[in-house]
Parts: sequence; structure tokens; C-alpha cells
Amino acid sequence: MKKYIDQGKLDTRSGFGAGLVEAGRKDARILALAADLKGSLKMDAFAEEFPERFIQCGIAEANMVGVAAGLAITGKVPFIGSFAEFVTGRVYDQIRQEVAYGHTNVKIASSHAGITLGEDGATHQTMEDIALMRAIPGMAVVVPCDYNQTKNATIAAAVWDGPVYLRFGRPAVPNFTDPDEPFEIGRVYKMNDGKDVSIIACGHLVWEALQAAEILEAEGISAEVLNVATVKPLDVEAIIASLKKTGCAVVAEEHNAAGGLGEAVAGVVASALPTPIEFVNGKDKFGQSGTPAELMKAWGFDAAGLIASARKAISRK
Amino acid sequence: MNNTQTLAKTASQVRRDIVRMVTAAKSGHPGGSLGITDVMTALFFSEMKHDPATWTRDAKGQEAFILSAGHLAPVYYSVLARSGYFPVSELATLRKFGTRLQGHPCVTDSLPGVFQASGSLGQGLSCAAGIALGKKLDGETNRVFCLVGDGESEEGQIWEAGMWAAHHQLDNLVAFTDWNGQQIDGPVDNVGGIGDLRDKWTAFGWEVIEADGHDFESILKAFELASAANGKPKMILFHTEMGHGVDFMAGTHKWHGKAPSVEQSEVALKQLEETLGDY
Repeated sequence: MKKYIDQGKLDTRSGFGAGLVEAGRKDARILALAADLKGSLKMDAFAEEFPERFIQCGIAEANMVGVAAGLAITGKVPFIGSFAEFVTGRVYDQIRQEVAYGHTNVKIASSHAGITLGEDGATHQTMEDIALMRAIPGMAVVVPCDYNQTKNATIAAAVWDGPVYLRFGRPAVPNFTDPDEPFEIGRVYKMNDGKDVSIIACGHLVWEALQAAEILEAEGISAEVLNVATVKPLDVEAIIASLKKTGCAVVAEEHNAAGGLGEAVAGVVASALPTPIEFVNGKDKFGQSGTPAELMKAWGFDAAGLIASARKAISRK
Repeated sequence: MNNTQTLAKTASQVRRDIVRMVTAAKSGHPGGSLGITDVMTALFFSEMKHDPATWTRDAKGQEAFILSAGHLAPVYYSVLARSGYFPVSELATLRKFGTRLQGHPCVTDSLPGVFQASGSLGQGLSCAAGIALGKKLDGETNRVFCLVGDGESEEGQIWEAGMWAAHHQLDNLVAFTDWNGQQIDGPVDNVGGIGDLRDKWTAFGWEVIEADGHDFESILKAFELASAANGKPKMILFHTEMGHGVDFMAGTHKWHGKAPSVEQSEVALKQLEETLGDY
């Protein structure tokens, strides 16, 4: 089984910040818009290098979405950024009308997603954002797994023709993917080969899936890990190909059950290849204050939680 | 014929278009469209620098108009068609299955002249401000116009945009309010209590101009005043009458979102001279 090494923990939002600068150097049309969270979104380096291309919008997210749409109409490529909740739930209708229905080339940078935002508690911890963005026609939903992939996904989002929802997080998490691998929106990254169970994950739970696969291997169970870094458009063929081989799956995401990666996969599998699936997700409850590690454990968003689900999925074959 | 006489003739035809479109569609919003017809006619046929022959959605080298109050689509479609953006015959398709003239403006099938979808209220001023900033970043001095409803101004995002545009000194942004005092549930003063828009927009750092929205000289003067490059966005408050031009529709909210019957439409059309030929 292919082994991945943690090159040193980094926050994925810093991957976004680095990708934004790199994309900005390549294309002068790229702008960054913040709603008083420039530092949290790691836009500082971009703002320093391109001061005239950084636009502060203050604590007025709805206006920021509309301004970005207007800038996009004039040919710019604006990245708007805020915490996941405030750049989705708070402005759902603005994104729907001004960005998606309005066909404007706006990129939505969504930081502090999921419960691992931690101590701030449930008002700031959204686990509904993937569902909201998936529901909008034409919206690409990208959930990279680590710093390197977030950086490369940002560069890919910049050249993607149309709106992109790019979801990443606050805490430092293992950084283990190839920094030089270009990101392709719409592709599932198969992390390793297995034959007994597919572990399908997005975001930093991909690392937990790899840890789970190593532990399962020691027990003689062969797990194939798929990194679904693009939840929409979903690489259906890659998922079905894996399930044909393994015959069962675990889908893991730091998101509610409703409308997330699990339902996206289940929808495809139900019609193409009915297969036992177990789900690791936020169930149907709000988050709470705590350290990221405490919350990950409480919600079962760790290797132990994935292993338990993998065993259950295999038993249902 | 001088300019204001020509504009009056055009406005009469636009009002006929509105009544006929909404009657044929059996739904839509005639009241607001009739009320803002004179202003929209003056904007599209006299004030705004635009050219349907070279129009592109990025508004390069031209002035742009954003309709924030998307339910005023009938007057918007009429002035676009009469300006030459698309055939006037297409006005007959308003709200019909497969049309480019959706119930509220959209860009899905690229209706020439339309920059942005609208209908969910309160959002267009932000978009117009974004276009205005885009033009400044590109070194253009062209203006961006935006029509906002008075009832629509109950939306908080209007004031987010107001604060932001003033902060960014977008003096190429010319917004105007259709201050007819009516909204779907009744008089604005009873429903939303927006108060004195003059004081509010002044306090938000905008240059405020008032005008009679049914007097072409007053309308054109207001637009002229709104052209100053003085670091402030402009808000023209046009005093208008909902349903203006059709006696039984005038001055009431009751025709905000209701189509006339064929018989009522005939009565209305008798009051509106056919000047440019019906579509």
C-alpha cells in the first residue's frame, strides 16, 4: 500500500493564501475581496503584493457577493473570502442570483469550515455549506485535503470557467500530497489500491482515511482510499470503478448528513451499482466549543471512527 | 420636434408596449413599469452612452444599466427593444415558455443589453457598484446606472452597498430611486417606513438629487447634475406615480403585480398614443 508521509502540519487556509498569490502573479484579472477577515483568510500576502487588487468590503457579506459579481461582469476574476457559514448560508440568495444564475465568474473562498474551527462554537461551525452550494446549478464544489492540494486547487479555481466554491479549514492538519501535482477540478484522486472496502473522503478526513487504511492493512483488510476533492461535478466513473472492485464503502466528511458528499455518492451508487455504504458525518446536529482534536474524536471524524464504519460496511457485503 | 417632445413620443410607445406585453402574458408588473417609463426613456434615448451594435456584457467602453428592481422587467425590455438590442417583435414573448424575456431579467440565454439577473430584491446596487469599481480599475470614466425601488430600499443590502460605494468614492455610480410611495402591500410609509430617503442617502455620503420623474426637462437636468466627478456616488430621487399614463392604474399599489384584462387593456391603450408602431 502506498504510504503517505506528513511533511509537517499546516493549515489549509494558508494553502489558499499561497495559491492566491501564485494565481495573482499569473493573471492580473484576479482580485481578492474580504469582509473584514483578510488575516483569517490568509489574504495578507496577496494584499501586500497587489494592494490595488485587494478590495476590503467590511462586515457586509451580501454586498461583497454583489460587488464581486459586478467586477466579474467587467472581466475580473474575483475571489471572495470569509468563514464558511458567512460566505454560504448568510448569502445563499446572493450567490444563487448574482453568481450562479447570473453566470458571473466569482470564486468563493470558504475558510473555517466544519466543526474543527473549534472553540468559537456552533454559530461559526457550519456543516451545511456543501449541501447549500451543491444545490445550486452550475456551482463547482471543491474540498481539497491538505495545504498543498488547497494551494493547487486555488490555482485551478482561478482558471476554471465559472463559479467555484472552495472549502478549507482553520486548524493545522497533516500535509502529505505532492506539492507539484496540478489540481484538476472534477477528478477523484485515488490515493492507494485496495480490494475489501473503499474509503471515500474529502477534506482533511482523507488523512484520517489513510491512517485507517494502514491500521486495517495490519489486520489483513485491504482498503482503497479515494480523495474526492471535487464534490461537484462528481467523478462518478472513478467511484463506481472502485466499488466494483471492493463491493462496499465508507464515505467520510466533516459535514452534515443532509446534502453532503455521502448523499452525492449514495445517489450515484443507488442507480449505478447498489452497494453497502456506511457514513461518517455530522449526523443532524450542531457543533459545539472544543479543541479540533476533541471535536474530531467526539464526532468520530478520526481513524477509529472510519475503521468502525469500514468493518460494518464489510460485514454487510 | 425637440428632444423632450421626442422622448414623450417614445415614452407613450413604451407604455403601450408595457400594457400589451403584460396583458398578453396575463401576469406581470405594469404599475411600476408605467411609473418609471419617462425616466427609463430619458436614460436610454438621451442620457446613457450605449450602442446596441457593439454591446458586450463586459460593458467595455460603454455605460451600463443595472435593474435592481427586477419586476420592472416590462419597461426594461421595451426600452431595450426600442433601442435596437433585439427585435421589438420579441416583446410578445414576455413570460412565455422558452422566452429570453423571463418574468424577471436573466442572462442565461444572453438577452442583449442585460448585464445581470435580478428579481430577488436589494442586490442590484451592489452589482452596479462592482461594475463601477471595475471601470475605475480599468481607467474608464463611463458611468453605471442602477434603478432601485423605494420599497426595495427596505432591504438591508441596499444600505450595505450605499455605505461601501461612498467609502470607495464611486462617483461614476448613478443610482436612482423610483420614489412612487407604493409597494405590493400598500403605501411604503405604512408597510416599511423607509422615512426620508433624502436624509438617509445624504447621511450615507451620497450626493442626492431630486427630480420630477414625469418631466423630461427635470429628468435630464437631474442626470446632468449626476455626472460630476466629485468623489461621491449619486442618488437621484425621482418622484413618480405608479401606473402613470393610465388613469385607472395611476397612484395606487393595486396594479403593482396584476395584469389588466383584455377589456381593461383596450381602455388603457386608448389613453396611450401609438407613436412608433406597435410590435
